[in-house]
Amino acid sequence: MVKQKLVVIGNGMAGCRAVQEVLKRDPDRYEITIFGAEPRVNYDRIMLSPVLAGEKRFEDIIINDLSWYQDNNITLHAGRAVDAIDAQARQVRAGDITAPYDKLILATGSDPVRLPLPGIGLKGVVAFRDLDDVDAMVAAADAGGRAVVIGGGLLGIEAAYGLARRGMEATVVHLMDVLMERQLDPSAGHLLAEALGARGVETVLGAQSEEIVGRDGQVAGLRLKDGRTLPCELLVLAVGIRPNVALARAAGLEIGRGVVVDDAMRTSDPNIFAVGECVEHRGQIYGLVAPIWEMCKSLALGLTGGLGAYEGTVLSTRLKVSGVEVFSAGRFAGGEGCEDIVFRDAGRGVYKRLVIEEGRLAGAVLFGEAADGGWYFDLMRSGAAVSDMRETLIFGQAATEGLRGLDPSAAVAAMADDTEVCGCNGVCKGAIVAAVTGQGLNTLDAVKAVTKASASCGSCTPLVEKLLKLTLGDGFKTQAGPKPVCGCTHHGHEHARRAIVDLGLKSLHAVFQALEWTTPDGCASCRPALNYYLLCAWPGEYRDDKQSRFINERVHANIQKDGTYSVVPRMWGGMTSAAELRAIADVVDKFAIPSVKVTGGQRIDLLGVRKDDLPAVWSDLNAAGLVSGHAYAKGLRTVKTCVGSDWCRFGTQDSTGLGVRLEKFMWGSWTPAKLKLAVSGCPRNCAEATCKDIGVVCVDSGYEIHIGGAAGLHIQGTQLLTKAVGEREALWVICAATQLYREEGFYLERIYKWVDRVGLEHIRRHVEDEGLRQALYDRFAYSQRFSRIDPWAERVAGRDADEFNPLSRRMEFAPA
Amino acid sequence: MTLTLDTIVWTDVGAVTDIPLRGARRVPTADGDIAIFRTGDGAVFALKDACPHKGGPLSQGIVHGRAVACPLHGWNIDLATGEPMGADHGKGCAPKVPLRVELGRLLLGRI
Ligand code: SRM
Ligand SMILES: Cc1cc2nc3c(=O)[nH]c(=O)nc-3n(C[C@H](O)[C@H](O)[C@H](O)COP(=O)(O)OP(=O)(O)OC[C@H]3O[C@@H](n4cnc5c(N)ncnc54)[C@H](O)[C@@H]3O)c2cc1C
Ligand code: SF4
Ligand code: FES
Repeated sequence: MVKQKLVVIGNGMAGCRAVQEVLKRDPDRYEITIFGAEPRVNYDRIMLSPVLAGEKRFEDIIINDLSWYQDNNITLHAGRAVDAIDAQARQVRAGDITAPYDKLILATGSDPVRLPLPGIGLKGVVAFRDLDDVDAMVAAADAGGRAVVIGGGLLGIEAAYGLARRGMEATVVHLMDVLMERQLDPSAGHLLAEALGARGVETVLGAQSEEIVGRDGQVAGLRLKDGRTLPCELLVLAVGIRPNVALARAAGLEIGRGVVVDDAMRTSDPNIFAVGECVEHRGQIYGLVAPIWEMCKSLALGLTGGLGAYEGTVLSTRLKVSGVEVFSAGRFAGGEGCEDIVFRDAGRGVYKRLVIEEGRLAGAVLFGEAADGGWYFDLMRSGAAVSDMRETLIFGQAATEGLRGLDPSAAVAAMADDTEVCGCNGVCKGAIVAAVTGQGLNTLDAVKAVTKASASCGSCTPLVEKLLKLTLGDGFKTQAGPKPVCGCTHHGHEHARRAIVDLGLKSLHAVFQALEWTTPDGCASCRPALNYYLLCAWPGEYRDDKQSRFINERVHANIQKDGTYSVVPRMWGGMTSAAELRAIADVVDKFAIPSVKVTGGQRIDLLGVRKDDLPAVWSDLNAAGLVSGHAYAKGLRTVKTCVGSDWCRFGTQDSTGLGVRLEKFMWGSWTPAKLKLAVSGCPRNCAEATCKDIGVVCVDSGYEIHIGGAAGLHIQGTQLLTKAVGEREALWVICAATQLYREEGFYLERIYKWVDRVGLEHIRRHVEDEGLRQALYDRFAYSQRFSRIDPWAERVAGRDADEFNPLSRRMEFAPA
Repeated sequence: MTLTLDTIVWTDVGAVTDIPLRGARRVPTADGDIAIFRTGDGAVFALKDACPHKGGPLSQGIVHGRAVACPLHGWNIDLATGEPMGADHGKGCAPKVPLRVELGRLLLGRI
């Protein structure tokens, strides 16, 4: 029998695997010819990353060496790119070689996307696709210096890691705020960025590239939209791939995003097939090998007399960076009826998240420990019901399979004595039970103290409690510890605050991980609190997270019951002028603001402003010198004053002047809850200073400084904190007390509650001891350098503009 | 002639990335605003921008997990169903609005 001619274009992963699959089924059916543009045999492209990192050599990653081609009578034209397919004549041409075919397989892979950036043609700009690219990068790395990789996906990260391993200073620049955002959630992305940092790879997130800067034709740096330039001698592009369809298009085949194939991998020409990354199947294109293996099976089946039926592939991803285990599969942005199970182990840097949808596993993200990735992936693909293993699922296959089908407490009872309960401290069930019975322990704290179980991360706390309950029955006492911040954690505010400072945590995700939050991204209670603690701990460094702020603080106005806003400009110490009043009157007219009211805080409230109008209203107010009054803020609100010695016949000091001075120094500061001050010129106390958070009562000999008043939900007079002699001293004391409150107060805890909690003496000691007071004052003053900025002016200048504009007005015109 | 019962008109209202992660944007319509939310892990949802409690604009709330906390009195609304969660469950709902994502674009549906 005359053999049919099978020609393959592409000597890569898909092309050669397809041939292998054909040979496996029918070794004698075809006379095979392979064209490969690369001048080498078939190798494992995904292992280029370890080659770049110097962890493997090229010889180690060859899949099929020359003898394979010889043994199977395959003609290999390596280093020969096919120029054209003549589908009519059924032949392909590569330079001077023409090869006829009965069946043709296209496996041309894909090309790296080249960004249309100025400077893209400079020397030292490379992609990461084949061995030549690796050679170019290795040569550059041998010369040392800095590398910038554009693209924070799998490829970019592996490139940067490899270059760092070879001694370069490597930086990944990513457009999104989360690395590998299509595979990872923000928590895992954050951990990945940290792990890379520890391996010498810096990450710049949310950064748009603008221009590749060159010197003498050689790359010298990357300029970002925000104006920064990152100097480098090597620039790697890893921003995505595009199916290589040029040949197929020229041959007249149907093309979508890739070469369109049916379930048998057949193109629009019945004799031409396509597999791999160049393919579009059921609207989907792929960039990983798992689907390719399945495509090749289906193709081979069809080519050997069967009927191939490829149906698409569910994807999973593993990152190949030594010592950093990352696994992701399925959907983790679930919809209706989705439920998250989150496990964090700060000690070991582990984060796991499973998404369960209608009783089945829909997605998994594993960081730091990914051994169970394959098992989760199988559960996902088989669509197995997981409700009965929900309790133990997150602990992986070993923990779950043994306990399957048992109810939770029976499951705990059935656990073997040597099953590890506390991963952080390596405590197993037997040790806990022995300690409980042997030493008569009956609280979680006692178990923690004796065995160290659940003493570190606390994620095993529920399990330890179950063990206690199981061992002791009714003798178990539930714990009354500090109240947790919210349902996402068992830690209280104090612990969270202290950890932020002690462990140097500088982002929300760092806190979530270090303190083992049980939700992926916190809730409406903890996020604003943590955001404040971070801001207070790291002024000037921490970037405020506006999505963690209540609407009023996010848009710098107070929301009203009908969804409009009120606008309250500052009137320093309650003083105003004809010019300010005129500007306010003009704004009211111009924007038809329905209500103007004098507030209880000695200033004017414009009520009923439409959200879209806010920036314009502020712009006009700014023009008259008026700034935000922070009437919405957990921060400094008003400083009420009375007329004082300027006019009043009883005034002892310049109470108005001191009030203005205080407000001008302290405005813009964020505090745990709102902060209101007042200064009265004499003990008649017309500014009501003794019911404010901090109040000053002027007397002949100086200034009495009071603290801890309240006149809202709760009424309480202030307590005398201390006396100050001059205005400067009064300012120092007040700022120091405020700073102490800023550093110690729990979020939403007004000063009077804080005073009750820590005791007046504690505060007095800090403001009367000159050293302590000075240090507090200095920290306050430092923080104010970043806070005394009018948020209105920033918004007028365009910051967060999308907050004020509707997404689109097109629906208004859509047919009803 | 084919007869379809599916008479949804889809309108492109912007790109998915126009909505910040853990954020929301609103789309004004003749019968009130529609709120489109994007969660921390990138899922998008559309609801009428009115809280079942007292009509608070949900688009102005804090998005956490797959819920939004209403800016007026802090009810937590499940983004996938529009229903209040926890203690307020069962007290009405913010109607869902059909939403599709195609090639990174948000398509809002009107029935
Ligand atoms: C406008 C104003 C009433 C007025 O028309 O005079 C007002 C209006 C509101 N107050 Fe007030 N308070 C106003 C002075 C006061 C005062 C009097 C004062 O500051 O001298 C108090 C008692 C003093 C105190 O704070 O202890 C006061 C105690 C409260 C409380 C109770 C706070 C507490 O911890 O006990 C709340 C509720 C809260 O903050 O949780 C509150 C909350 C509010 C809110 C923000 C309610 C809200 O969350 O929407 C109101 C917003 C109005 C707006 O959109 O502008 N308002 N509120 C006053 C604005 C002052 C300013 O210029 O900034
Ligand atoms: C560095 C790196 C790391 C990766 N890591 C992973 C991973 O961890 N997991 C994973 O699943 N995937 C990974 N991938 C992706 C994976 O390698 C690809 O999905 C896979 O190689 C695609 O196979 P393919 O045969 O379609 O394309 P390729 O392997 O690119 O093969 C196509 C071949 O066709 C040749 N060719 C193109 N045009 C012509 C022509 N006209 N004539 C002759 N020959 C031509 C090309 O030179 C090339 O050799 C990685 C990719 C890279 C680059
Ligand atoms: S007293 Fe009550 S109703 Fe009046 S402004 Fe204050 S919070 Fe609103
Ligand atoms: S209007 Fe939403 S909670 Fe009241």
